Amino acid sequence: MTTDKTIVDTIPRTDGQPDVIGGRHGRIAGHHQVTGASQYADDINYPGMLHAKILRSPHAHAKILKIDVSEALKIPGVYAAVTGEDFPDKYGIIPWTKDENALALERVRYVGDAVAAVAAVDEATAMKGCAAIRVVYEPLEALFDPEEAAARDDVRLHESKRPGNITKQVDLAFGDVDAEFAESALMVEAEYYFQGTNHAAIEPHCAIGQYESNGLLTVTSATQVPHYLHRDIARVLKVPPNLVRIIQPPIGGAFGGKSEPFDLEFAVALLAMKTGRPVKILYTREEVFLAHRGRHPTRIKAKTSFDKDGMITAYDADLLLDGGAYASFGLVTTYYAGQLTTLPYQMPAYKYRSRRVYTNKPACGPKRGHGAVQPRFAIEVQLDRAANALGIDPIELRRKNFIGEFTRTVNDLRVGSAGLLTCLDAVEEASDWKNRYGKMPHGKGLGIACSAYICGTNYPIYPNDMPQSAVQICADRSGRVRVFCGTSEIGQGSDTMLAAIMAQELGIALEDVRVVSADTDLTPVDLGAYSSRITLMAGHAAVSAAREVAQKVRQAVAKDWECRPKDIALTNRMAIHVQDPDRTMHIRDAFVLGETEFGTLGSVGYYNTPKEGVHGDYRGATIGATPAFSMTAHVAEVTVDAETGWMTVDKIWCAHDCGKALNPLLVEGQMEGSTYMGFGEAVMELHEVSTDGRLRAPGLLDYRIPTSVDSPDVESFIIEHPDPNGPYGAKEAGEGPLHSSIPAICNALYDAIGVRIDELPITPEKIVAAVAEQQDTKDKLEVSG
Amino acid sequence: MTDPSTTPKTTTGLQVLHCTVNGDPVHAAAPANETILEVLRYRLGYTGSKQGCDKGDCGACTILVEGRPVLGCLTLGHLCEGKQIETVEGLAGPEGLHPVQDAFNRYGAAQCGFCTPGMLMAAVEFLRTRTPDMPIPSRPEVAHALSGNLCRCTGYVKILDAVVDAAERMAPERKKVSGETGG
Repeated sequence: MTTDKTIVDTIPRTDGQPDVIGGRHGRIAGHHQVTGASQYADDINYPGMLHAKILRSPHAHAKILKIDVSEALKIPGVYAAVTGEDFPDKYGIIPWTKDENALALERVRYVGDAVAAVAAVDEATAMKGCAAIRVVYEPLEALFDPEEAAARDDVRLHESKRPGNITKQVDLAFGDVDAEFAESALMVEAEYYFQGTNHAAIEPHCAIGQYESNGLLTVTSATQVPHYLHRDIARVLKVPPNLVRIIQPPIGGAFGGKSEPFDLEFAVALLAMKTGRPVKILYTREEVFLAHRGRHPTRIKAKTSFDKDGMITAYDADLLLDGGAYASFGLVTTYYAGQLTTLPYQMPAYKYRSRRVYTNKPACGPKRGHGAVQPRFAIEVQLDRAANALGIDPIELRRKNFIGEFTRTVNDLRVGSAGLLTCLDAVEEASDWKNRYGKMPHGKGLGIACSAYICGTNYPIYPNDMPQSAVQICADRSGRVRVFCGTSEIGQGSDTMLAAIMAQELGIALEDVRVVSADTDLTPVDLGAYSSRITLMAGHAAVSAAREVAQKVRQAVAKDWECRPKDIALTNRMAIHVQDPDRTMHIRDAFVLGETEFGTLGSVGYYNTPKEGVHGDYRGATIGATPAFSMTAHVAEVTVDAETGWMTVDKIWCAHDCGKALNPLLVEGQMEGSTYMGFGEAVMELHEVSTDGRLRAPGLLDYRIPTSVDSPDVESFIIEHPDPNGPYGAKEAGEGPLHSSIPAICNALYDAIGVRIDELPITPEKIVAAVAEQQDTKDKLEVSG
Repeated sequence: MTDPSTTPKTTTGLQVLHCTVNGDPVHAAAPANETILEVLRYRLGYTGSKQGCDKGDCGACTILVEGRPVLGCLTLGHLCEGKQIETVEGLAGPEGLHPVQDAFNRYGAAQCGFCTPGMLMAAVEFLRTRTPDMPIPSRPEVAHALSGNLCRCTGYVKILDAVVDAAERMAPERKKVSGETGG
């Protein structure tokens, strides 16, 4: 008989519930995180490891006429240098838009484009090496304005069949927008601008390359997509994929900023191959802003029509996305900017034109809420304008327009569970909306906004019919389960989610689960941490793997107890007879029986998305298609000083329908963090270049992200409308709760002082200018009246 | 734009730095221009303290020198000669986690965990320097104390929860040892 005297539970539980799923518990890596034991990429050092630096372009657009590394190689301590010629094969995360070389070949396209990399005994020597490289450039005209870049055929950043510098253009129409416009009771027309913003994860990108004499190439990198990195490293460096290993160590934040291959990963790999030594590159903070892939600056011309009751009758959006120098995820971003606008509302007609344009700036890509955040800002302010014009409460207007559950959008996306009305009720009540909206003194305001977001994409980035996620597990006689999965834990809690599912299904504790994730040598393929896919996809795979082993354990115990397997439950480190609860066995003994009966207890579970009826039948219909949608509503409260233009966001209430909170503590963390990130974009963050293409804010002092003093109090309400496509009904929580925090703030500003700022971020200068304009208009009216 | 030539470092002219880290005497040969963060991380193996910006903006490198919080990335190693340094690695003892660590763990105040070591050091110093007659700090007071430490994951909500909780748990103890906290 085993006893539990030696077991120490170290993962905090604060609820005392028997179920792990749905329980509030800490992270399985929590102990490592708070003791400084977690080894992030730059914490890893190997004997003989070299350090490399990347030489970057001082020109926004130039031909490279010549690169001479010979002087660099003469410096004592410099081991190797690589240039664009060493990486002739282009790569790109989207298979149809490969337009990047690991290091620039023949041409540089933004200030900061990587030109060469030098490996040396230490960083200082590598910097000396970079300084000794002679590059002869022939400067070219640089384009910074997306409108101009779209129109200019004479200056081209890349070869393209499209006119100007357009990377991608999507024109789609559903229903008869013009007819609806003609019959509308109200037309709302406005132009919006969403600025560029960076993810600003606190950990800068870092990668280590290792090449062994047996031909095995290992890249350890702060990446959130080990699988896609694996593919591109193999292809670009011409190493067979079976000899490439990608390891993602604990990562210090990502938010989409580490979701494609970067120059440093290719550089450390090739430098390791050339030198036979481990090679590390750690970005400076400035390099993080140059590598960028942040939110696309987006200009949106929006026209929305309503009937007299406030129902949306049609919406027309014209979007121009400033893509920067490379395609990145841009093809998808361009679609998302249009496709994901329709939810959570019904609308009889919708059309959009979405264009993404190359400019000579750091490339934009996916940031938390990918492509959908900018248009969400526009439509939610449009709805607020309509509510004001029609004299309808803005929450009521949204209730009326809510599309409903288990339905389809106008652009034919299938919608599953959708608890938006419950979300609205929660934030309405918590903010005391009915008594306070429109009724507070001048300078105080409340604003509402809603959003919906995907739980993974129905189709992977490169076309294939293989599983999107897989989980391999092994249970053994020690009462412990090992879980192997390619998922990237990036702080969102995916490792803890996998452990919780094991604990739930196999009746063990979180402490009894060891999770090995994101090591392509050890873990089955999962596509990575993007598009809010992991809980739904890896969660399903984990449930499937765990249930297979649990069934074997039940069968073995049932044989021993001479009962049916279904009479046995596995819970609280016990096998228990459900009809005779006094009959129990320690889970370790149950695993022993299982291992005796069936041999080593292992299984592989996998998941692929349902393909039937998920989306419509038109070009682009697959983009935005997802197994399930999360729903969010935010109310923001602001205090505005109209004299100084200073706006304080006092509080944000966030209600989010995540289907089923597998761990409410971690779900709240995602809601709070998302809401905060939106707040930063609404009021302060700005990634832009000056007239010569240099970053205006290359550090975390100038690129302002909110501090603990700036940040509003956030109150979270978890709403659970389980979705049949989610494991235990679960949907995403990591990105959805960002979107509507931004327009909620914009709308609260209007409630406070009656002005609208349609160009983000909302700065004091803009508020002062808008108030002055408001006063001018008033004066004129008084004069003319 | 990074011009590699503008930030020269030298590997020559090593001097030996003597200090204590979490109570242990240590010695490190380091050039004069190396920061204490680099000395700790790359010469002594204390990788708990993180480098987030290398410019004193993010606070991930916060350590305590002679009990006061400093930014490891802006403090030259040799300025710590003879001094007592505390890092995240020294917070937990044989009796377990420090109350602030424990609270961070229970409240989910660490998501990616990268800002956590610096955040913990700032919080520990803040709580340590409060005198027994002071009330449990309010959330705005804690927010002010941690305003030099950027977190990108949490929106600070659970970090403030955790520090207030730790303050409450530490309060009786603080009163008990009131004579010792002034030093």
